[in-house]
Amino acid sequence: MIGRRGVVVVGASAGGLSTVEALRRQGHAGPVTVVGAEKHPPYDRPPLSKQVLSGAWEPDRARLRPDSALAESGAEFVYGDPAVGLDADALTVHTASGRRLHAEAVVVATGLRPRTLPGQAELAGAHVLRSLEDALALREELGHGARVAVVGDGVLGTEIAATARGTGAEVTLVGPQSAPMTAQLGPRAAALLADLHTERGIRLRLGTGVSGLCGSGGRVTGVRLADGEVLPADTVVVAIGADPATAWLQGSGLATDDGLVCDSRCRAAEGVYAVGDVARWHHEDLGSIRLENRTNATEQAAAAAAGILGGGAAYRPVPYFWTDQFDVKVQIYGRPTADADFDVVEGEIGGGRFVAEYRRGGAVTAVLGWRMPKQARLRAAAALNNRAPVAP
Amino acid sequence: MRIGVDEDRCCGAGQCALIAPEVFDQRDEDGIVVVLDDAPPEDARAAVREAASVCPAAAIGLDESR
Ligand SMILES: Cc1cc2nc3c(=O)[nH]c(=O)nc-3n(C[C@H](O)[C@H](O)[C@H](O)COP(=O)(O)OP(=O)(O)OC[C@H]3O[C@@H](n4cnc5c(N)ncnc54)[C@H](O)[C@@H]3O)c2cc1C
Repeated sequence: MIGRRGVVVVGASAGGLSTVEALRRQGHAGPVTVVGAEKHPPYDRPPLSKQVLSGAWEPDRARLRPDSALAESGAEFVYGDPAVGLDADALTVHTASGRRLHAEAVVVATGLRPRTLPGQAELAGAHVLRSLEDALALREELGHGARVAVVGDGVLGTEIAATARGTGAEVTLVGPQSAPMTAQLGPRAAALLADLHTERGIRLRLGTGVSGLCGSGGRVTGVRLADGEVLPADTVVVAIGADPATAWLQGSGLATDDGLVCDSRCRAAEGVYAVGDVARWHHEDLGSIRLENRTNATEQAAAAAAGILGGGAAYRPVPYFWTDQFDVKVQIYGRPTADADFDVVEGEIGGGRFVAEYRRGGAVTAVLGWRMPKQARLRAAAALNNRAPVAP
Repeated sequence: MRIGVDEDRCCGAGQCALIAPEVFDQRDEDGIVVVLDDAPPEDARAAVREAASVCPAAAIGLDESR
């Protein structure tokens, strides 16, 4: 059981907040301290590339909980004071301001740091999108007539391109794949997404890498493609992935390898757990994985809380994410692969709403919903039996 | 307990309908949350609290004073 020294959670966002609430729900009444690098109370990231970026929401709406709910949790929240070190044997967290927090269990929920292109930091108009500040800075530059290049054809880049286009900007999406989100959707659905983006006026410049940014007088002027062509732009968004925020764990003796390495119960060492985007753990069906999605942060927090309180079981969720692009909500359960058969099982592609199943060797490996959220969830529950399919 | 939902925040993941199916459902046409019983009975409340806590869009509010 956890006694007087309680639990210290590092990272005050979706994963950190969910850990606090899961501990309370599961009966832990003792102390919990949450230390966060950001100066804000916990806020949600998915709206940053949707309602906040479009201007539909003011930043306050992205908050995850009102002050009253944070106070009711009985946890102490410390903002603007990043952890700078962990003594994993003594279970002590050191922060930038000099705090030393002793715990009986430490939960690492520090998320990701976006990757950048060389020279990006010195160029005004070149953006990443991870934090609220990032979203507000980018939003300033969008709107009718702005020439925006989005570098990166993954989920985030593709979604940002759609939202930016919705503000009236002239948007070009650049990336190495033949269609946006091919790695996440497989070729058939990615082709539909490419059609959607083209119909709505986004210029797709795909199948090519980016070699760097162009600038003049400290301001970005365009993107240089691998084939030498330069795409002129007033604003460039770089969405080329992100790395787990584990630098502060250097010297802790804990294993990091594209994430803090954990066992099947999200435990990195005796008394140390990881949840959310930063956690790489052994998924009993899928092997060593790390998920970067919103529901995982919350579900993994519940699994870690159970482990801390002496119960718990192997954490083996069906991976799930959604993305909103124009008026289309795409949802993916499981892990689509390029070689899977793709069959529409409800609705119709032509009708603009459908659910599709991905199959390999006869077994359903993933379910996709296209503007059909409820039906996709029910199909996934039935077809995947709440179990993740075996890794390819 | 009284339940209030913010449809504008709802992201249609359906976690609430999975956790407390007697209290939450989703609209067929767009997956947005539907509250079936906004004053749930005692024995449903633990599940409702969990649903509110794990909602990936923080779209469910609970008033415990009523
Ligand atoms: C723009 C955007 C849009 C997204 N849209 C979707 C979507 O539509 N659907 C979906 O499923 N997922 C989406 N995601 C992913 C989802 O938001 C993440 O999976 C989720 O935020 C992960 O939560 P987390 O708590 O693990 O990490 P984070 O939310 O990254 O939080 C980590 C926190 O830890 C802090 N921190 C870092 N280092 C330290 C330190 N040393 N000490 C203290 N604190 C530290 C960080 O500042 C941050 O506040 C989106 C992400 C982004 C950025």
